Amino acid sequence: MAYREEASNVLKKADSRTIRSLLPWVLPVCLLLIWQTATHSGLISTRVLPAPGDVLAVAIRMAATGELFRHIAVSSARAAAGFALGGAVGFVLGLLNGVSNTAARLLNSSFQMIRNVPHLALIPLFILWFGIDERAKLYLVALGVFFPIYLNTYHGVRTVEAGLIEMGRVYGLTRAELFRQVIFPGALPSILVGVRFALGITWLTLIVAETISASSGIGYMTMNAREFLQTDVVVLGILIYALLGKLADVATVWVEKRCLGWHPAFSVEGAVSGAETR
Amino acid sequence: MTVQDREVEELDRPRVLAADTGVEVRISHLAKRFGSHSVLTDVNLDIRPGEFVAIVGHSGCGKSTLLRLISGLDVPSEGGIIVDREPVTRQLAEARIMFQDARLLPWRRVLENVGIGLHGQWKAAALEALDQVGLADRAGDWPAVLSGGQRQRVALARALVSRPKLLLLDEPLGALDALTRLDMQRLVEQVWSQQKFTAILVTHDVGEAVALADWVVVLERGTVPLVQKIEQRRPRVRGDARLGVIEGEILARLLEGNR
Repeated sequence: MAYREEASNVLKKADSRTIRSLLPWVLPVCLLLIWQTATHSGLISTRVLPAPGDVLAVAIRMAATGELFRHIAVSSARAAAGFALGGAVGFVLGLLNGVSNTAARLLNSSFQMIRNVPHLALIPLFILWFGIDERAKLYLVALGVFFPIYLNTYHGVRTVEAGLIEMGRVYGLTRAELFRQVIFPGALPSILVGVRFALGITWLTLIVAETISASSGIGYMTMNAREFLQTDVVVLGILIYALLGKLADVATVWVEKRCLGWHPAFSVEGAVSGAETR
Repeated sequence: MTVQDREVEELDRPRVLAADTGVEVRISHLAKRFGSHSVLTDVNLDIRPGEFVAIVGHSGCGKSTLLRLISGLDVPSEGGIIVDREPVTRQLAEARIMFQDARLLPWRRVLENVGIGLHGQWKAAALEALDQVGLADRAGDWPAVLSGGQRQRVALARALVSRPKLLLLDEPLGALDALTRLDMQRLVEQVWSQQKFTAILVTHDVGEAVALADWVVVLERGTVPLVQKIEQRRPRVRGDARLGVIEGEILARLLEGNR
């Protein structure tokens, strides 16, 4: 009896876990169904919004010719390069200003001022300076990424508990050890929040930049399709942006879980031991 | 494992302890001002190697400041501190501080927290120190899952692992519940009598000071109006009548000074 009860409990637990993992998919699937029904029944004209089946068909067609992957590869490369450049500069300056009062006094107020300028407003200027080639897009993405990474790194370093730093000094840590063992890990949760913001901004900036001046990439693909009234391609482009954005987000969450295992809010062990912290 | 268990265990297991002795601390005409605000005006103390000294006083009387000056974290405005015939001019390498909060690095496992600042074969030493405070089985845990008392035990292990010659205790038991505090007091006394370091405990708990210290120093308005020697043999029994009398006298002195 006891064994059976236990087995049924295990089954129930497994059931509730499956239900929990399926839950986030309910809304997208419902929307998809509504969309399919609405277009199929003629409620929405396919010239306004193509049926999901048509979008899938166009995706398969473009994937077969390799065109789709070329555009995705180009856009991803741009996103990665811009993110790496802006992220690296933001990270280094955030650390510098976080650690050094002199540097912060010199730079921080200017950064805070520039931060309030919407970086997309600089597109005309960037096109004038760098032309319409790759550099304009790269710098625009980098500029967009710079601020969230800079701000969160700076904030993260500044808010590392002073008591821990004092403890590190008393317990004989060198400056390098203090940074590696106390300051950087203390700032990491904040830095990763910056990374998530920055990833969102990366795709946003890229869409705008690619729709204005490009001869390849997903933004170009959708703008080009608009010229020829290919709504299915336009919708496909939007969906791909959504998918790439989601992928980037999943990657950050994975990194957070790996790097912040000590943090009660991210703890894998805590979740197993039954604490509903997330 | 309780402290009593540990004491029994100590007898069976021969310890390979270096006969470290504590440092001598001489404080003369020490003063510390922050701007125009004077925290310490004239403090004179002689602490012999291996002595346990407790400093009591009202909050804000400069207890913690005195401790920071001794450790070299802060610089005195006047006067000086001499540790083993060397004036303190920078942070003391042979001193360790236990703070009121444990100050463990939350992103390091317990064992790594104990081994902070150590190099080479640190793991064995860290594990031995953890064992000494009865937490060897928690070596692989994150600090977040420990109780307040356990965290302070880890902090004690971290302080002991480098075999300090001077242990400065800045109200490390103030935030613990009464029973845990008694346990920790026993533990502190036990490791002190084994390792023979000089200990300076800052506390607002006169009972704790009287139970642990060779000398109780009353700090008031930046000076030392009273130094009380406690002659009772160790281990001291809680609730001992003569200790109670001394505690009462010190408390009376503190209350009177506040008037």
